[in-house]
Amino acid sequence: MEETVAIEKICMLAGKIMLVSGAETNRVEDTMNRIASSFGIENPQSYATPTGINFSVDVAATTNSLRIIRRSTDLHKIDKVNIVSRKIAGGEITITEAFRQLKEIDRENTAYPAWVQILAAGLASGGFTIMYGGTWGDFLPAFFAGAIGFTGLLSFERVVEIRFLAEFFGAFLVGASAYLFFRMGFGNLINMVIIGGVMPLVPGLHITNAVRDLMSGHLVSGLSKGVEAVLTAFAIGAGVAVIYSFV
Amino acid sequence: MIITQLITSFIASSAFGVLFNAPRNALIQCGFVGMLGWILYYLLVERGMDVVPATTIAAMLVAVLSHSCSKYYKMPIIIFNVSGIIPLVPGGVAYNAMRHFVENDYNTAIQLSTQVMLLAGGIAIGLMFSEVVNQVMRKIGAVGR
Repeated sequence: MEETVAIEKICMLAGKIMLVSGAETNRVEDTMNRIASSFGIENPQSYATPTGINFSVDVAATTNSLRIIRRSTDLHKIDKVNIVSRKIAGGEITITEAFRQLKEIDRENTAYPAWVQILAAGLASGGFTIMYGGTWGDFLPAFFAGAIGFTGLLSFERVVEIRFLAEFFGAFLVGASAYLFFRMGFGNLINMVIIGGVMPLVPGLHITNAVRDLMSGHLVSGLSKGVEAVLTAFAIGAGVAVIYSFV
Repeated sequence: MIITQLITSFIASSAFGVLFNAPRNALIQCGFVGMLGWILYYLLVERGMDVVPATTIAAMLVAVLSHSCSKYYKMPIIIFNVSGIIPLVPGGVAYNAMRHFVENDYNTAIQLSTQVMLLAGGIAIGLMFSEVVNQVMRKIGAVGR
């Protein structure tokens, strides 16, 4: 009995880390089932949605559930959980050791320093401006607009609980700085600068993931991710629209 | 012109790798996957292909490349295809659609939103294509044995 509880704990923790880091529901369920089977559970049942996980070791056994509130994209943690699950499947580590490693992954902060992220957001904005047909003269304005917008998103996210509001402010800052640069004669196509600048905020990935989830039969996750993407897109559109209404 | 596209798409894809917190040793590969996908898309559109089929085909290339990367480097496939797909994602169109909505130009806005849906569907089909081919190959292999 003790061992079953330990296995349940490991599966829930692995699933939680992956879901919080933005893994697809399919992968989360698959990893949980795989870990359970390698510990000798014959019929594990797992059900993951973007907002929670259910897991039980058998159809009539006790069900464990977990609520997920914050989600982000953290590919590094997904990779690390994957390594641990590989080790478990290969029988290389014991239950206690696996649980210790997963706890460590859950606790540690692997994110890049904020200034690296802001720099990357700026570079991505500049790159997208050129890719969508802007001129090289638009690269620097887009770089700064994107960096300012992303800085705004990062700092608002710490203060404001509602993510959509933070995205709204981020997009507003992008639009405002692009407009200021344009008025100062810095940049040729304000439209291109704004599109490039909002790219780090745009939920392009969520839209695609939502359609993928829907197609693979994860209807609940697909719909909820799709709604999240639409709300984010709306927040960004509204943030930029505030600028357009002033101009 | 194509050199510019190569450089900027590489920068944009690896920069998104940083934003998604991809492992440090996978950033270069993420950049290359994104760059090759975008260049295929760019060339197809330049030759006069419609954007939706061009996106689907480019997404297939991204899926195949990410799959080989994930096999070779023993990392989950999501690391490579998430950043690799970013240049193809209809973020710009989605933004334009929203802008037309708030400017009360609903006709253009609805046209653009439909295009976003189609592009997202195209990407999803392209990404799933490689998974399906992979599964079919594995199943045929299992039956043969």
